[in-house]
This record gives sequence, C-alpha cells and structure tokens, in this order.
Amino acid sequence: MHLDSKVPSGPIESAWEKAKFEMKLVNPANKRKFNVIVVGSGLAGGSAAASLGELGYNVKCFCFQDSPRRAHSIAAQGGINAAKNYQNDGDSVYRLFYDTVKGGDFRAREHNVYRLAQISVNIIDQCVAQGVPFAREYGGLLANRSFGGAQVSRTFYARGQTGQQLLLGAYQALEAQVDAGRVTMIPRTEMLDLVVINGRARGIITRNLVTGKLETHVADAVILATGGYGNVFYLSTNAKGSNCTAIWRAYKRGAAFANPCFTQIHPTCIPVSGDYQSKLTLMSESLRNDGRIWVPQQPGDKRNPAQIPEGERDYYLERRYPSFGNLVPRDVASRAAKAACDEGRGVGETGLGVYLDFADSIKRLGRDTVEERYGNLFEMYERITGEDPYKTPMRIYPAIHYTMGGLWVDYQLMSTIPGLFVVGEANFSDHGANRLGASALMQGLSDGYFVIPYTLGNYLASTKLEKVSADAPEFRAVTADVEDRVRRLLSIKGNRTVSSFHRELGKVIWDYCGMSRNADGLRTAIDKVRTLREEFWTNVNVPGSGEDLNQQLENAGRVADFMELGELMCLDALDRNESCGGHFREEFQTEDGEALRDDVHYQYAAAWEFTGPDSPPVLNKEQLEFEYVHPAQRSYK
Amino acid sequence: MNLKLHVWRQANAASAGRMEAYDAPDVNADMSFLEMLDVVNEGLIAQGKEPIAFEHDCREGICGSCGFMVNGIAHGPQRGTTICQLHMRHFKDGDELYLEPWRARAFPVIKDLVVDRGAFDRIIKAGGYISARTGSAPDGNAIPIPKEDSDLAMDAAACIGCGACVAACPNASAALFTGAKISHLGLLPQGQAERSRRALRMVAQYNDELFGSCTNIGECEAVCPKEIKMENIARMNRDYLKAALESRKAS
Repeated sequence: MHLDSKVPSGPIESAWEKAKFEMKLVNPANKRKFNVIVVGSGLAGGSAAASLGELGYNVKCFCFQDSPRRAHSIAAQGGINAAKNYQNDGDSVYRLFYDTVKGGDFRAREHNVYRLAQISVNIIDQCVAQGVPFAREYGGLLANRSFGGAQVSRTFYARGQTGQQLLLGAYQALEAQVDAGRVTMIPRTEMLDLVVINGRARGIITRNLVTGKLETHVADAVILATGGYGNVFYLSTNAKGSNCTAIWRAYKRGAAFANPCFTQIHPTCIPVSGDYQSKLTLMSESLRNDGRIWVPQQPGDKRNPAQIPEGERDYYLERRYPSFGNLVPRDVASRAAKAACDEGRGVGETGLGVYLDFADSIKRLGRDTVEERYGNLFEMYERITGEDPYKTPMRIYPAIHYTMGGLWVDYQLMSTIPGLFVVGEANFSDHGANRLGASALMQGLSDGYFVIPYTLGNYLASTKLEKVSADAPEFRAVTADVEDRVRRLLSIKGNRTVSSFHRELGKVIWDYCGMSRNADGLRTAIDKVRTLREEFWTNVNVPGSGEDLNQQLENAGRVADFMELGELMCLDALDRNESCGGHFREEFQTEDGEALRDDVHYQYAAAWEFTGPDSPPVLNKEQLEFEYVHPAQRSYK
Repeated sequence: MNLKLHVWRQANAASAGRMEAYDAPDVNADMSFLEMLDVVNEGLIAQGKEPIAFEHDCREGICGSCGFMVNGIAHGPQRGTTICQLHMRHFKDGDELYLEPWRARAFPVIKDLVVDRGAFDRIIKAGGYISARTGSAPDGNAIPIPKEDSDLAMDAAACIGCGACVAACPNASAALFTGAKISHLGLLPQGQAERSRRALRMVAQYNDELFGSCTNIGECEAVCPKEIKMENIARMNRDYLKAALESRKAS
C-alpha cells in the first residue's frame, strides 16, 4: 500500500489556497449528474450533506437514528475553538495551529492542522449566520472562554450545549436542502457494507432498521461521517448507538485504519455505580479549577469522607505535580486517578473513584460563588448520584470519550480507497495522539462545510467513472455477504446476550488497552479478545427475526465489529513502543513517571491494512515531518 | 426494591397492541429508568421472550431520542428531566408503573414504546432554518445582538425534539415544538428575511401532519424536559397572524 499524503508544496500558510486553486472544478450544470452518499448526520456528515446539496450534487444522507438531529455531536458541552482573536489576547491562526500540534504530542500531520486553524474563523461566521445562539457580551458581541491546553481565550460556546446548537444549525441547513430537493434524507437506516468496483468506492449496502430490508445504493463517491469507536470500551461517554461498523466494513474492503490505539480518556466523569451501568456521564473539566482531588492515604479506608482527617488524605495531584496541581492535562490526571485506585485507595462502593472536593472553595469563596460557577453541574451530579456535592465531595473517575484514531485519509480527506472520503471523528487526521478541548466540533465542521465541497469536486472532475448499476455482480456479492452475516447472527441462538459479550469485551480493552498499557497485558488482551470472539459466534443469543425493528440484532452486528477492532487496537498499542498523548506504555516513561516519546522510531502514523480474515494486518507508515513546530517533551511539574 | 411494570407491547404499526405485565425485581435505587428496563430486557431474553423496544441514544438528556409515558406523565414524575436521566430512587418498593408510547395521531407506533416522529423533521424542513449558503457569511461580529435577545433565542433553541409536548397535550398539539423554532430564529436579526415565510410554511405543515390545535392548556410546558416556555407559542401566533394578513394584502 502506498500512502501519499498529497500535502501541497511551498509555505504552509498558503498551502490550502494553492491546493484549492489547483483543484479541478465540476461545471455547475454537471453537478446534478453526480450521486454522492453521506453516511452519518452529525457535525461532519450533516454539514457535508448540506453544503454538497447547496452546490447542486444529488445527495443521499443516512443515519441510524430516527432523525438526523440526534447524532452524538449533540452531546458536546464545552465549546468550539476559533482563532478569531476577538479578545485581543494574542491569538492567531499560527498559535491555534501550534497549540494543536503540540497538544497532539507531535503525531498529527502539520498541513492538515494548519488548514483546520485557518478554517476555524469561517466556521464561527457560518454558524452565526445560521442563527446559532452563541453566548454574547452585553455589548452584543460574541463571548469567549478559556479551555485546557491554551493560554488564550478562543472558545465560543452556547451555554453548556454548544454541540447541540451547532448540530441543530447543520441539521437545519440539511433540512433546507431536503426541502430544496437536493438531499434525500434516509433515517433509521444503517450502513452494513461498502461496495468497491474497479478499485473505487461505488456504493453501500444498508439495512432499513424498521423493515429489516437490505438495500443497495449506487454512487459516484461515498463519504463516511460515522464518528468514533469509543464504545469498544462498552462504558463510555458516547451515545449507546455510536459504533464502528461503517469504518470497520470499509477497512475490510481496503481502507487503511490509522492509529487505532490513540484514544482519549477524560478524567472527570461520574463513576460506575453497578453492573447494570449502561453509560458514563462526563462532568465538565472546569470543575478542576476549584475542586481538590484526593483519596485516603490508607488502602481500604472505607470511612465516610467527612470522618477522614486532613492528615490522612492524599491530595495526590498537588503532591506529584506541585506547579500544575489539580490542573494537569487530561491524560496525566486520568492516569494518576487510576494509579491511586490500583493501590486500593479508590473510594465509593466499587473502589473505582476519587474525591473531587469543593469544601475548601466553599469556605474560601462562599457557597454562592461556587453555585454561580458550577450550579448546573452540581445539579446534574445530584440528579444522577443522589448526593449533594455542596455537602459531600463528588466522586469522579476517568472514562473514554473520544478516539483520535480512525480511517487514514490524505490532505483531500480521501481514504486509501479512491472515492471513499472520511470526515470528522471517523478519520484520524488532525488531533495526533491527544485532542485538545473544544477542537472536535471545529474539526467536524471544518471537514464538512469547508474541505469536502472542494476535494470531492476535484475527485469527480478528475476521474473517469464508468456507469454502474445496482445489479452489478459486485453489489450482488456484497449484498449476499451482508445477508449471510445477518442470518448467522440470528441463527446461533446461544446462551449469552449481546450486551454480556459487549461488557466483557469492554472490560478487557479497558483493563489492558485503556489508560496505561504494557506489552504483556496487550498480548493477554489479544488472546482474550480472540477467545471471546469465538464464543460470540457460537454462543450469542439474538432473539427475534431480521424482518422488523430488532434492536438486539442491530447491536449484535455492532458488537461483532467492535470485537475485531478491539484486537487491532491492542496490536497497534503493542507495536508502538513509546508513550505519547493518550497512549501510555508503562515500559516507556521517564524516571518520574511521565510519557516518553520516541521520535526517532515512532514519528509516524500507523496505517493498518486488512489482508484477510486469517492473516495478520500489515502495518504501513506515513512518516510525519515537523517543519514548523519542533517536537519537545511536555512537562507539568 | 421490586416493581411491577405494565408495558404497551405492539409488534408493528399494523398490528393491535396490548398491555403486558412484567416483574422488575431487585431494582437498585442508583439505576436510571432505562437501565432498569435494560435489566428487565436481559431477563426477557433469557426466558426466550422478545425484549421491550424503546428508543434511546445519548442517555444524557440531550439527543431527544428517548421518551414514553410513565403512569400517564411524559418522561415520568421528575420535572425538567428526560426518562433517561430519571433515576429509580424516585420510586419505592411495590410501585406499579404503566409504560405507554407517546399517543398522537401524528406519531404512529412503530413497535412497543417506539413511535415515528418524522413529522417534526417535516415541520423543520418547511422553513425551520435560516438560509445561509456555506462560505457566504459575513464576520461573526458584524451584527451585534443584544445579550437579552440572544439569551431568549437560546432558551427556545434548547428544545430537544423529543415529542413530550405533543404526548402530554390533550389535543396532541405540536405548538410548543413549532413555536420554539419560530421563536429561536425570529428573535435573531439573521432570521428576519425569512420570518413571514417561515411562520406560514411551518404552521401549514404542522396542520398537514394532523397535530391538534393549541388551546393554551399548558401540559406541554409542564412536561418539557428542557422547560421551554409557552410564550414561544404566543410568538408563533403573532408571527403567523402578521404574515397571514400581509400575504392577503399582497395578493
């Protein structure tokens, strides 16, 4: 496999302008002759479908939910970054670029990140024009707030519902195109496979989730905007339906999968309360500004927190990182919490939790100030746990919430299968080994509104595509594969439910390929995942039939794919003999326990190539060049 | 705690439905309502029965997928809370709970507690947007918007499109949903160009979908998990009336 990043030559500042000028254009009258499929309707997919519809392409957009407005982008709370420098505090495109490359621990492609920073300013304008009610100052201008990993105030927000408001903006733009007849929206439909003809992506096979009917859709290009794969961990902050099936099917049809082991663990989530737990809820990181994190000094100390005297508490972040204290970055805070719990000092019934205590802040600032700053978060916490954080410390624990890895794409956002484009969290492109807060929304909208409309046109204008019909043998063969798989899942009728397999898989991946990893553990995990997968295909019980709404069947197909992806994640983590960003290998750390990167041997994106069900995947490397931001070690001591 | 559930079971839109009783034993007070149903479903699967179908996705109260009636109240007894965020500590041992799907002609049942809310998408499609071609926008700070206006628009924009307002209304009216979107966009300067057309088209679509009319009962506001206010219905009525009169004058 040849990985050509197609990065433009010349200075990075003008690279995107140059690339746009060099792109071939599709004549306005010809655009309606091209059929484009967009899978997913979140920030990336919704904005792509709307923009392509506006341009005049024939667009079909798919989502598995009942409406495109429900995509998981909706749950993003904090905000969206943009290098507007409205605060006059020294921000610039270059600074946003610099912060993102550094925050990603030097494992992202510089040119993609630079373009993202450039486009960030257009995104805000676009969203304001659509009526997104961003927070404003009394003078009527847009407000900003600060976020982790940056020294400037560049985050735009709409209360704690920024993702919701941006998504509704994209959704409304999409519905306007449905109204105009340019986009056909197909909800409650899941993509189950990709059809490749003569080496090019030419369509997909879907299942109508209400009738169970398999359908074929022919196109001139396919865009995947299906989000991340955090649900491989079972418990995550992702929506229950978020899945890897579309990108995994594409991988098995020839698209390289890059950096699958780069996953982000968020330090402040509400801990698991029991075996029935179905998902985890994130609490904004801003809580760490005034809360102090601690555990008891003695392992197994089960006293009520109020009864543990000051001298018997360990404020471990303040102890280990005196200069950053409770404000160390996400990956560092997460690992430290895990270490405390591994020592038996975790709190709560399960022992998997640490205290986030506001008692000192309430004493210092008064209850009113704390309430003004965090009232809504305290309320959310109380709703879920039934405990009052004004009186007793919150319990928090890290949880998976974003995946930096995804399908490999070039500068044009095209995968290794010509005609298959990948946008948003589903691709691997912009965040390297660690994503900064408020950058996910920015990337989804950048890809969808501002990049794909150009690069897709360039592909269509410069490619000779033969006519293809849904009766082509390739479509029939893939449909038969899909039918066979659905039939197999339904015919096993074993003794274990789909969720029981999913929970077990999640635990293996979390234990061995979560916050910290080591070679022995990863090998163990690979064995365990293989064994579990074999059991799944002989002992899973999927009730009901394939001819109607069957949520168990939907989930079974997704879990089957997670079981394969989980193995690839472990393999990738095993191969990467260094620690960087969210990937922490215990063997590779500094004397004081910090991540130790190896730029000599691992300054590459690992793009895995599927070679068949019984042969190991092949590793292809895209060497990363850092011409502008020079790699250095991060320190928070 | 142990609960008794009575759940509406319906195989598909064409078949008749019925209430069926199930036991929910050993419910933990820290479970969410949907986690309690997950456990009941695992039990049903083990007994070789079909699990109860219900809609859900984010389980954080923001995607708007979930929702059904609990003892006649949309999203259950806790105010300002979606069913996914309702926790079992609000119930007590021995409670009997009746779970039914949203009931409205415009929301046909697909299966069990799952209904088709496609009518909401069609109302948005009929004008619930501001046309702003990608790439054509002026600078975000070109038009200052008073904070009060922006905050009011945000209050209306917080709607999650779950359908509780329709389910709670004796008329099965979608006035709160439609009014919230008309308000959100109409309160902002960017939304003025299409304001009249938007009100006329969205209200026409709303009528075509066979939602009932609003008679100011207020059940919608009472059950709304985002506590969207009825004043949005008043704004819709004003925009609609003004647009309807102006369009008469023009013709």
